Amino acid sequence: MLQQVDRVEGLQRVNDFVVKFANVNGSGSASANALFAKSVLRMGIPATPRNIFPSNIQGLPTWYEVRVSEKGYLGARGGGADLMVQMNPQTWDQDIADIAPGGYLFYDNTKVLPASKFRRDIVVIGVPLTEITNAAYKSTRERQLFKNIVGLGALSMLLDMDPAAIEQLLAEQFKGRDKLIAANVQALHMGRDWVTANLEAPIGLRLKRADAVGDRIFVEGNSAAALGAVYGGATVCAWYPITPSSSLAEAFTRWCQRFRVDKETGTNKFAIVQAEDELASIGMVIGAAWNGARAFTATSGPGISLMQEFIGLAYFAEIPAVIFDVQRAGPSTGMPTRTQQTDILSCAYASHGDTKHVLLFPEDPYECFEFGALAFDLADRLQTPIFVMLELEIGMNDRLCRPFQWDDTRKLDRGKVMTAAELQAGKKFGRYLDVDGDGIPYRTLPGTHPTKGAFFTRGTSKDAMARYSEEGHDYQENMERLLKKHHTARTLVPPAIIRSAPDRAKYGAIYFGTTSPAMAEADEILAEQGITLDLCRVRGFPFGDEVAAFIAAHDHVFVVEQNRDGQLRSLLVNELEIDPKRLGKIVHYDGTPITARFIADAIARRLQPTPVASLREVVS
Amino acid sequence: MTFLPKPKLHHPDLQKNALGYTRRDYEGPVSTLCAGCGHDSISAAIVRACFELDIAPHRVAKLSGIGCSSKTPTYFLGASHGFNSVHGRMPSVATGANIANRELIYLGVSGDGDSASIGLGQFAHAMRRGVNMVYIVENNGVYGLTKGQFSATADKGAKSKRGVVNTDEPIDLVGLALQLGATFVARSFSGDKAQLVPLIEAALKHQGAAFIDCISPCVAFNNHEGSTKSFDFVREHNEAVNALDLMLPREEITADYAPGTVELVTQHDGSVLRLRKLHTDYDVHDRVAALTYMQERHAAGEIVTGLLYVDPEPRDLHAALKTCATPLNALDDAALIPGSAALDKLNASLR
Repeated sequence: MLQQVDRVEGLQRVNDFVVKFANVNGSGSASANALFAKSVLRMGIPATPRNIFPSNIQGLPTWYEVRVSEKGYLGARGGGADLMVQMNPQTWDQDIADIAPGGYLFYDNTKVLPASKFRRDIVVIGVPLTEITNAAYKSTRERQLFKNIVGLGALSMLLDMDPAAIEQLLAEQFKGRDKLIAANVQALHMGRDWVTANLEAPIGLRLKRADAVGDRIFVEGNSAAALGAVYGGATVCAWYPITPSSSLAEAFTRWCQRFRVDKETGTNKFAIVQAEDELASIGMVIGAAWNGARAFTATSGPGISLMQEFIGLAYFAEIPAVIFDVQRAGPSTGMPTRTQQTDILSCAYASHGDTKHVLLFPEDPYECFEFGALAFDLADRLQTPIFVMLELEIGMNDRLCRPFQWDDTRKLDRGKVMTAAELQAGKKFGRYLDVDGDGIPYRTLPGTHPTKGAFFTRGTSKDAMARYSEEGHDYQENMERLLKKHHTARTLVPPAIIRSAPDRAKYGAIYFGTTSPAMAEADEILAEQGITLDLCRVRGFPFGDEVAAFIAAHDHVFVVEQNRDGQLRSLLVNELEIDPKRLGKIVHYDGTPITARFIADAIARRLQPTPVASLREVVS
Repeated sequence: MTFLPKPKLHHPDLQKNALGYTRRDYEGPVSTLCAGCGHDSISAAIVRACFELDIAPHRVAKLSGIGCSSKTPTYFLGASHGFNSVHGRMPSVATGANIANRELIYLGVSGDGDSASIGLGQFAHAMRRGVNMVYIVENNGVYGLTKGQFSATADKGAKSKRGVVNTDEPIDLVGLALQLGATFVARSFSGDKAQLVPLIEAALKHQGAAFIDCISPCVAFNNHEGSTKSFDFVREHNEAVNALDLMLPREEITADYAPGTVELVTQHDGSVLRLRKLHTDYDVHDRVAALTYMQERHAAGEIVTGLLYVDPEPRDLHAALKTCATPLNALDDAALIPGSAALDKLNASLR
């Protein structure tokens, strides 16, 4: 029954291929897909899944792409799927076209399709999933749900997967509900048995137990960032739903319910408010932070646009605030469910007047957690908004990363808050005085002391004692101090990570955020081509001295990013006063995650005048 | 004008309240508003209410947006923290502040432009969330700082100082507050201190969203013939439904009025509102009837004032959020950080 149009020699690969699931949104496929990816990980093989979801809820196409890579490449590979699991007739033609030559098509062949619907250079595997499930189950719902598991069973047989890994995951997922476990395991084997009886298995793509995952964890960046907020002591979250950041606030709710409900009283050591819009959410964050609670909002580009005025107020009034910006493509719906790094400039210089903000760029969920917690210390220490710049790519996808760590001796840094005792003892308080020479003044919280330390918070019309003033010199002094404070921030944000080639390279590459795994892989590809690079992963803004030194030490530096205009490059040029000619712009901005192939190709083209057309074959 | 402190010299015989503060301790720097501005009378009423209620000034946080009214928090309660936020957004800042520390008293001062025009959304949502605060709108129907444009509370047909007639329907903040679930709703007039001071006191004692719409004529741009927010117009059309006295738990409660003309309402904190009914059929507990009454009287050209609605047992935002008794801003590291052991367990579940 192996329905092959022609006898095709299929791809032969072990632990190194891409599987793409084409599904209908809302059909229950998501959990079966995730089960597949997790099973691969349980077999000790790194796997990186990506949700590709148009802006819809139900009935429309959605894809889930899993890159399996024993070598540990976690970036998107590009170049089509080696195995297409086609479960959505709506997207048949485009999915068939998306299969790599020699790749495999897995589909439900209950309904026979004409030969013209297939390609001649792929291996076609038909499994009558509807027929199998219709025979085995009565209710429509059961048929739908178990179809996914039967399909997974069939797939596991074809790929030579260890069923124990899947069974174990099912047992964990449905712990305590034995009937459900048994039913799922039964469906799994129904698929496996059908393949055994009817097809040649395994196919040329195989999964073989390995030991390449180690103690790494598998988690979404949004969830990790929310956990970071819990560990960072955040108590107030005010947010407005927007893709792709909503799951961050929702994850914070879940973590708080787990960690922050007082066992004795059942009351909450947190407050989460779904505000009426982004203006209100940042307003609540500012109000709460002004009053001494650690507060944050989670949003995306359009939300950042709406928050501009308040962000400026927080900058000038020096109020701590943490903003998680999960970046996506432009406004409205559609492309906004695609990933980009497009808010670098709109966050770095957010609001009216002269402003500069502190940004953090996590590369993976581990850093989402780290920077998520750190952001609250930085906000309190610097008394200013801190932006944690996630991207849809890590925000809404599970990603393999180092396990989260916490040092129990670590104390939250509440920054310069003058206490009632200090005020009582006669310590001088002036809200905007630069006492320590770092540009950071002391603040007091409302209600601290009956007669000392109260002040009136305003935007810019004030003197160093927080008295109303429209005097030019008061304004200017304050602005200079704010600049000094921003300079202090350079030493507090996480430094760039620099990796030098064994022999110092002439060329360097600067990158940040989710470009990280693709850049590492591209570097290996380029090394094979004889091109060596030094790498600098920027993790924060304002840029530390190490970034300027890195640029100075190289003849030419490529800045690799995922937006049209090279926004980080512009920021480097502007803030470090670099000659733009010294920074090459490598940009990828079609909404899909940047790939190693793209980066290697682009850099090789710049460095070698001859075309490098062979590169695509070399890579895969 | 930069900063005008008041002389600190106090008369030795100034009356002190139970906490030992004099009225002067509740004042701020000299107002920079126009002489005769209604807003200054409201500031004076706030000072008196806080003094009489023995509120420690530093336990009040005063917040405002942008506009003439929003400038006023500078001019009262000089020992309180204040926050002059952005235009129309005081409610969200106050909401956040309230969430962070439930133990302070939050006093939001806004204007008709700030709350009914640019900030209508935030006003509405603060009311419907039941933020425990006193929200005073100093309502003059006009923009003062930008020199006399109409605001959204200006009555249809009202004439501006330049002779322009307003053609848009007015937004009635009292009606909105009633509809949106505010648990204390009142309207008053800056020129009627006897009515205003007890209303502010009762609102300060209220443990939920307390809204006071205070008509406050603008002497510079809206006090002329043809204005419906001028001193003369409001005095002529003011129709109070009741007169309020606030009695604190420590006071002896007396009701020496004819039966049926006085109602005593005990608020959650023990304070008692003694309402002398001026309109005997008016029921301050009936939200729906209050709405109907407001609309009927507005159609008849009257400005209804007094305590219009009160729920003496309000549920505030903290009740909805089930926040702990300790203010969120006072939780220590041990209460906030789950620690490394919890994280190790969590890591294990993510493999």
